[in-house]
Amino acid sequence: MKAKHQRLILALVALAALIGAALLAASALKDEAAYFYTPSDAKTKGVEPGKAIRLGGMVVKGSLHRAADGVTVRFDVTDNKATVPATFTGIAPDLFREGSGVVAEGAFDRSGTFVATNLLAKHDERYMPRELEGMTYNETTHEMGPEMGKEK
Amino acid sequence: MHAFANPARFLSIARPLTPWLFWPGLALLVAGCLSGLFLTPADYLQGETVRILYIHVPAAWLGMSGWTGIAVAGLVQLVWRHPLAAIAGRAIAAPGALFTAICLITGSIWGRPTWGTWWEWDGRMTSMLVLFFLYLGYMALANASAASGERGGVSRVTAIFGLVGAINIPIINRSVVWWNSLHQGPSITLGGSSIASSMLWPLGLTVLGFSLLFGAIVLMRMRTILAETRIEARLRRMARD
Repeated sequence: MKAKHQRLILALVALAALIGAALLAASALKDEAAYFYTPSDAKTKGVEPGKAIRLGGMVVKGSLHRAADGVTVRFDVTDNKATVPATFTGIAPDLFREGSGVVAEGAFDRSGTFVATNLLAKHDERYMPRELEGMTYNETTHEMGPEMGKEK
Repeated sequence: MHAFANPARFLSIARPLTPWLFWPGLALLVAGCLSGLFLTPADYLQGETVRILYIHVPAAWLGMSGWTGIAVAGLVQLVWRHPLAAIAGRAIAAPGALFTAICLITGSIWGRPTWGTWWEWDGRMTSMLVLFFLYLGYMALANASAASGERGGVSRVTAIFGLVGAINIPIINRSVVWWNSLHQGPSITLGGSSIASSMLWPLGLTVLGFSLLFGAIVLMRMRTILAETRIEARLRRMARD
């Protein structure tokens, strides 16, 4: 066997071992490296009240309510398997809205409501113009209208 | 393969190829940026902010492609003892690090208005920052190996480092799939694109433009390194005589 081939085999074996090790590490990290808990994670793992975590999911449509003080919002976070109520006092990012993704930092209180100290908006991988396929977009309510023709 | 090991033959190809990569690359980049700024519609959710995509995505692509190139060069250097591969690894490192930095900076600027944060330690951002640090480490090792008589290339330890660091590339790519992350999932996959076609086409221009420019920069740097080694060899001969 030529030295060149020996080196090639050595390099490939080392590379295969490395990829195997990295895959094992990545799968072991699977839960630890998660950036947030989903509502079903939070329920099955039983996060104790007061423990600081991040909770991520979708804001349930129709669940977003603003309290009388004007800066506190109440909403439900879901991952379509479990839903938890959440509350936040402060300035939410522009993209925080019903039917959209949210990552909330905070902790559960004794009653099981997630009290967020900070809100991050998470958007999905879709990018499209506002008027795609006759959809309209309302700047103030952030709602997607049905048909462009009907608006006119 | 060894036909290109000859630096003279490499130069005879690289010299005329450089302007053919540089100028079309620059033209495509300018055309892509202008059309991305003025001709595409705003996003339904993010508004005008989405236009940073046309810089952020090519920068991420080249940051990751650059390291893939370093790993391939490292393998060729270690197995076939190809002197030009060692030089290519050194040439790729600085532009690769630059584009990774551009990706991190534009991502941070983009994250503030959309997500509401400059930086979060989620899987995608952390693994991309690790890539930037890998580039810095590679450059430090490459500079240290200059003195070890590698004739312009990088030492074998550096090549091994480049090969080992490549494990981060699939991790960056899969980070948004494996782990819950703030960063959204992949928009462009083998199955298609979830970016509306009216917003997608300038991205093709800037990705191609940046890639051609990257190629031109790498060729220019390789030529510079080859010229420097020649100067050094000549100076050494003159000192001896």
